[in-house]
Amino acid sequence: MTTLLDVRNLQTHFFTRDGVAKAVDGVSFTLEKGQILGLVGESGSGKSVTGFSILGLVDPPGRVVGGQILFDGADLVSGGEGAMRHLRGKRIAMIFQDPMMTLNPVLRIDTQMVETVRAHEKVSHAEALKRARDALVQVGISSPDERLQSYPHQFSGGMRQRVAIAIALLHKPDLIIADEPTTALDVTIQAQILSEVQNLCAKSGTALIWITHDLAVVSGLADRLAVMYAGRIIEEGPTAEIIASPRHPYTRGLIDSVPQGKRHGAMLTQIKGMTPSLLKLPQGCKFAPRCPRAEQDCQVEPLLEPAGADRKLRCHHPHSEAAAKVSAS
Amino acid sequence: MTDNTILKIDGVSKRFSKDLDIAERIGRKLGAKIAPVTVHAVDGVSLDIRRGEVLGLVGESGCGKSTLGRMVAGLSTPSEGRIVYNGQDVAGLKGAAARDAALKIQMIFQDPMSSLNPRMRVRDIVGEAPRIHGIVERNEMASYVEDILNQVGLDPSMGKRYPHQFSGGQRARVGIARALAVRPDFLVCDESVAALDVSIQAQVLNLFVKLRQDFDLTYLFVSHDLGVVEHISDRIAVMYLGRIVELGEAEDLIARPNHPYSQALVSEIPTFETGKKSYHAIKGEIPSPMNPPKGCHFHPRCPHAHDRCRVEVPALKQVAPGRLSACHLNDRAA
Repeated sequence: MTTLLDVRNLQTHFFTRDGVAKAVDGVSFTLEKGQILGLVGESGSGKSVTGFSILGLVDPPGRVVGGQILFDGADLVSGGEGAMRHLRGKRIAMIFQDPMMTLNPVLRIDTQMVETVRAHEKVSHAEALKRARDALVQVGISSPDERLQSYPHQFSGGMRQRVAIAIALLHKPDLIIADEPTTALDVTIQAQILSEVQNLCAKSGTALIWITHDLAVVSGLADRLAVMYAGRIIEEGPTAEIIASPRHPYTRGLIDSVPQGKRHGAMLTQIKGMTPSLLKLPQGCKFAPRCPRAEQDCQVEPLLEPAGADRKLRCHHPHSEAAAKVSAS
Repeated sequence: MTDNTILKIDGVSKRFSKDLDIAERIGRKLGAKIAPVTVHAVDGVSLDIRRGEVLGLVGESGCGKSTLGRMVAGLSTPSEGRIVYNGQDVAGLKGAAARDAALKIQMIFQDPMSSLNPRMRVRDIVGEAPRIHGIVERNEMASYVEDILNQVGLDPSMGKRYPHQFSGGQRARVGIARALAVRPDFLVCDESVAALDVSIQAQVLNLFVKLRQDFDLTYLFVSHDLGVVEHISDRIAVMYLGRIVELGEAEDLIARPNHPYSQALVSEIPTFETGKKSYHAIKGEIPSPMNPPKGCHFHPRCPHAHDRCRVEVPALKQVAPGRLSACHLNDRAA
């Protein structure tokens, strides 16, 4: 396996009137070719900003202030906007939560797709159109010729998201960043999109970063998980291990919060309190004020350290591996 | 059984139609075949909701579940059928009786930001209805509002704030407090936790469970998230394109769904199965309610559809004690 993406100590800060919001503060992870990474966290945890930073889409007052993003060996942060333009849409593509945001409402689908193809490759209009058609077929849209002639508002939500995915696939990118692409969709449509993305990634060897707040959605999809809280990765490792034995109290809390039918009608185990404001982060461990296991030494911020063969953990008082396993089963 | 029923939905339908514009009316005068477009949002739904139970209503977007919820809450009137609350037809009530019935059924909306007045302080939002309806004396109002805010887990000192100063989870609590302020018996929760993060969603779900015990409430819990509905409900009704296709005890329905549509929904509840899960999606999407398929509405997407499904609408029949399902396959098996 070769490393495709290597994010090192990424820091993206937003300089607001009320102070500096450190939306992403020292995030590091690597992604192999063809691998699927689930980036999980609640609103405000910095998961989307991490995705935007990789694509250079952070708008003022936000700025990437530190760290490196090595894509295939080249640093995207210092590379500048020109280099980014060559990669964006061509080798790295993004799927957004709301496809209405990605699609231009006044242009027909064919115009938009042909434009995307020809932005990066010198091909004839006919050739570009053929590719657009193939991409629509690939994401399971029936009667693609007819659909190419339609405007975005003529599609349903699920169809629109498929078109957005088809556009992302046009150049057979090495990396797709998907930011909550199924959150706005019904469960049946979500399952369709998940199964298609899974097939496409397996077939084309595309690496994928799937950003979501719902651990249950990525648990069946991702190879690895990274859980974010307050701009930091707090636990990282293979999906199966993290789901079976979450060691960080926050990961544990997230899993317990999802109604699973096992304790029907009973109270769910909840994480008390709410995500802190990025402008007023607590000293030390950012999760400590909500953590049931917090002790005095949590006043000092823990580091993201290896825990086990393939896992990393940022906690002074983690659940022990064995204990976590027992209670999870 | 009957005295146990708090709310009876009896053959309720809701049609929305778009009137013809002037060009279309002229066209029709001239002999063009133009008919007003009618959407059957809810199509002959009958349900009994028992006192003290939580009835979950699930379905995809556009299946009419929210429209049904709004009719129960009295926010729109049925085109056909009756809604009977405590033995009385709500539509037939007049004056004070109608007002009392309306107060006893309250609704909690999906998006608290768009259902709370941004220019009112929270204590006024919560206090307005009880003041207007004379539920509480003016001099007791402050303590009454504080008490309700406490009940839903908000600090009473937050009462002087405006809605935008709250987080999503807190706003959901304000919406709940407002509904509780008029001492209802029955709450219609329309996707009330859909917009919340999982950890906050768990907190609000726990609040619903607690309030139900504290106030003896009955819920109609409308949601597209079967996982959430299963957790909170006693019984579940599954809706598809305006019709109820299956109704049963929550745990039983999830464990042994009868209707092919329920089976598909249940198999797609996201779970913590790890390893590469293969997703078996139901084909296609929910058809447009303007032009629903003939016969069983689900047949174009159903893996078991046969000829009869294309022509005959299946009736909602008892297939096991306490379980109703609308599928022709049950006749075959019998």
